[in-house]
Amino acid sequence: MAHGIPRPVEDADSRPFWEGCREGVLRIQRCASCGRHVFYPRLLCPHCFSDQLSWVEASGAGRIHTYTVVHRAFGPFQADVPYVVALVDLDEGVRMMTRILGDRSSVRIGARVRVEFVEADEGLVLPYFRVMDEATAS
Amino acid sequence: MRRDRLAAIVGVAESELGETPHRTVLQLQAQAAKAALAEAGLEKGDVDALFCAGNWAWSTNLMLAEYLGITPRYTDTTNIGGSSFEAHVGHAVAGIQAGLFDVALICYGSTQRSQRLRGHVPPDAPLTEQFERPFGLPTPVGAYALAAMRHMHEYGTTSEQLAEIAVATRKWATLNDKAFMREPITIEDVLNSRLICEPLHLLDCCLVTDGGGAVVVVSERVAQRCRTRPVWVLGHGETHTHHTIANMPDLTTTGAAVSGRRAMEMAGVRHDEIDVVEIYDSFTITVLLTLEALGFCKPGEGGPFVSGQRTAPGGPFPMNTNGGGLSYCHPGMYGIFLLIEAVRQLRGECGSRQVPDARLALVHGTGGVLSSTATVILGRD
Ligand SMILES: [Zn+2]
Repeated sequence: MAHGIPRPVEDADSRPFWEGCREGVLRIQRCASCGRHVFYPRLLCPHCFSDQLSWVEASGAGRIHTYTVVHRAFGPFQADVPYVVALVDLDEGVRMMTRILGDRSSVRIGARVRVEFVEADEGLVLPYFRVMDEATAS
Repeated sequence: MRRDRLAAIVGVAESELGETPHRTVLQLQAQAAKAALAEAGLEKGDVDALFCAGNWAWSTNLMLAEYLGITPRYTDTTNIGGSSFEAHVGHAVAGIQAGLFDVALICYGSTQRSQRLRGHVPPDAPLTEQFERPFGLPTPVGAYALAAMRHMHEYGTTSEQLAEIAVATRKWATLNDKAFMREPITIEDVLNSRLICEPLHLLDCCLVTDGGGAVVVVSERVAQRCRTRPVWVLGHGETHTHHTIANMPDLTTTGAAVSGRRAMEMAGVRHDEIDVVEIYDSFTITVLLTLEALGFCKPGEGGPFVSGQRTAPGGPFPMNTNGGGLSYCHPGMYGIFLLIEAVRQLRGECGSRQVPDARLALVHGTGGVLSSTATVILGRD
């Protein structure tokens, strides 16, 4: 576990998301007006400007859109190098930044991934992802 | 073809550059402002509009105006990252066209190298940054690496092609005695430099230097009494598409597609008429994505476009002729230096790195994590 990771300042938009992470649930928003999913959470739908957003549980599955292997990092992240940071497209159609756990040779753009909740720092649970086994990936 | 002279740039100057531990960020801007006004034959009292951006004060304009003894009638602290100064030119043109002022001073300065401001990890991640900062992506380089990896995946772009940009830019720097890095490098040097964030190597990344600059934009009426040959602003455009990299609409298409088209349409110029381009080069991938989005080549063709040292001195596409942010200087927000170099090229002042008979220049800034872009078309009589 690293120490000194920048702490999310949980707020009126984000609190249910971070509470979900601590409970092992990946929560995103869905707009009742246009039907699209929304991440990160906010007051108004960025697609149709409706305020009819509600929280739903995401499947936790997605695909790597792009990634980088970080070789030079600062502060609390220095000890982790090399590590993989990625943008993952959830099956619900939203994109989020994350880390990819596990064997680096499995990391490629387009790979199917599933969420895993990791206590990255004391009391800080982050949604990381791991590449699915070929057999279970779909 | 319409070629309206919207306004003129009549003064440009750098401060001391490189490593300036003996200077404050205000002194650097004072040096540049004095020199830029002086070459135009203007005085401090002529300045009626002030433009500035930076992270060194809660209001850059309040502090800088007081320090310089300027009381502007128009003020603009637009900060959209490194492209701010190209946006400032656009805003200055708009104000001049509206008759709000005649003389605009645009300033920038930074002592980030001497103050060792890079590499600081903040303790908190507020507001929308809370969904990115905890994951440890080094910023900004990591975001550009994500875009580069995606471009490679979609189009087969290679590290060698990105390295072509760094090598060509260094060749220009060897011709500029103000450049920070002047030793020639090879493609192998770039590929053998250490990985920062895959696929970007150290030599794919801009410098971290100190430095300041100033640009003076005036109305056509004032330009007629200035000492310098006017460089006309013919077109400008700006946009921003996202703040966090996860929210970039398309990781291989920047806002240059919007700001560039708007600037070129306003100026009434075609790509093949542009003699010299100054393109923000925070990273090699920044340039490659920008060339495609500006329409100098098709999406995905940036790699072949820069191959064979086509952008180097003597090549068919002179680009980043001062040595760029990769080799000349990069004090955090580099955009003002693009303008300075373009103006000098159009005035024919660049000595051994002069692009012969340069009449039309495209200047393009990129800020944030490919977040903001602003494009300016400049020309001389
Ligand atoms: Zn909606």
